[in-house]
Amino acid sequence: MTPRTIRRAGDGGLLIETASLDEAHRLHRALRDAASAGAREGAFSGARDAAFGGVSDIVPGERTVLLVADPDVCDLDQLAKRVATLELGASEAEDAAPVEIPVHYDGADLDEVAELSGLTVREVVERHASAEYSVAYLGFSPGFGYLTGLDEALHVSRRATPRTSVPAGSVAIAGPYTAVYPSPSPGGWRLLGHADLTMWDVHKDPPALLRPGLRVRFVPEATR
Amino acid sequence: MIEIVRPGALATVQDLGRPGFAHLGVPRSGAADAASLRLANRLVGNPEGAACIEFTLGNAAVRFDAPAWIAVTGAPLDLRLDDRRHGMNAPIQINGGATLNLGIPASGLRSYLAVRGGLTCDETLGSRSTDLLSGLGPKPLAQGDRIPTGATDTPICVDQAPVPSIPDVPILHIVPGPRDDWFDDDALTVLTSEPYTVSQDSNRVGVRLDGPSLVRAREGELSSEGMVTGAVQVPPDGKPIVFLTDHPTTGGYPVIAVVRNRDLPLTAQLRPGGTVRFRQT
Repeated sequence: MTPRTIRRAGDGGLLIETASLDEAHRLHRALRDAASAGAREGAFSGARDAAFGGVSDIVPGERTVLLVADPDVCDLDQLAKRVATLELGASEAEDAAPVEIPVHYDGADLDEVAELSGLTVREVVERHASAEYSVAYLGFSPGFGYLTGLDEALHVSRRATPRTSVPAGSVAIAGPYTAVYPSPSPGGWRLLGHADLTMWDVHKDPPALLRPGLRVRFVPEATR
Repeated sequence: MIEIVRPGALATVQDLGRPGFAHLGVPRSGAADAASLRLANRLVGNPEGAACIEFTLGNAAVRFDAPAWIAVTGAPLDLRLDDRRHGMNAPIQINGGATLNLGIPASGLRSYLAVRGGLTCDETLGSRSTDLLSGLGPKPLAQGDRIPTGATDTPICVDQAPVPSIPDVPILHIVPGPRDDWFDDDALTVLTSEPYTVSQDSNRVGVRLDGPSLVRAREGELSSEGMVTGAVQVPPDGKPIVFLTDHPTTGGYPVIAVVRNRDLPLTAQLRPGGTVRFRQT
């Protein structure tokens, strides 16, 4: 096995590069297993693998996984050595069913997206609802998942002027991604519709419906 | 209970934040100057991570319903209990009904008030911290807000803690990377040789800096990746931003260098209008 490229992110972080999003997800899972994930406990204090003691966060990106550690507790050279040769398991896609999110396709930007993509509104909805997505990573706001797998015809730019407030549950697209806004926030993505499902609830464990690597499908609901 | 008589520019409840949720898009948050928060708690016999108030540029007042022990740390300011002066970085006994007045710090930006027993407002995801980026935790404190306090059995065993003063021109030590290869060969030299000015737009998310632009060697967009506190992120305009505790969990601008962990408290004390220098470790 070729050793992984591991970059320093200060004296308390390691940024591990991967060849693909899928590998990032598999590495994320393998790291979490090695550190014996216990999100509610905060830091991985009872780490199964001693090299992971002092690691507080494991954050996947599009082609990377970031390890955040307390340099007073964790020997980052030791951790990097351990990570370089960590064996990966299978992709999540092989063992978990997709999460289904019912969507009312009544978004304010449907006509605009149809125009930009050269499709009819109906085709926009059909293409958005027929693809299978995967949560690339979360960011922007708590529970906000960047979903990949969007039909290329729907790769449209963000709005020139972001909206000052996008309601929670808004289903939107921008560039190669689609997403459901978990809470009200400013946003520049183009709105296709809304979902009634709660994407983010601090009283639940885990608080986010989505997690990195999870597969997602959108199911159109009858909209009056 | 304590009551906010005057919050100053920005007063928030902070503890050590929400580690462990970054993969779900939740910033760590917590005290920007965690070392000062820990010290304030130790001085009054609290666990190091008990919730305190983080004041920004002081100019605040807090009233105590009941007798209490407190300590104030961080940016040094004039402390008055009713009309009597008290010192920073030391436990202070307070009578019920007394009002603590905080002046404007002569240097630094953020001061911390610990109350023996800690502040016991509701937790969100295991923390009482106000996260200004994602809106988690209590709202910023306003005049008239009342905050419950707890109890502790641990004795108070320190008289006064010696703390280094905040230098006029703080020097932050940086570790190059993880994306220094996205910049011109001399970008790191520019960053470590020229002074930068702290912008008025700085907040708990990041310290924005004015100074020489850092020139990129590569065009295009970096894939979004996880961000650490202390990351020196460089947007297309070339003006660096140093991430503080409420920073977003992922970002797409390259990080040229990261401030070492030990210098994060000093980073949190950088004052808008002030000057800072970087040095490579």
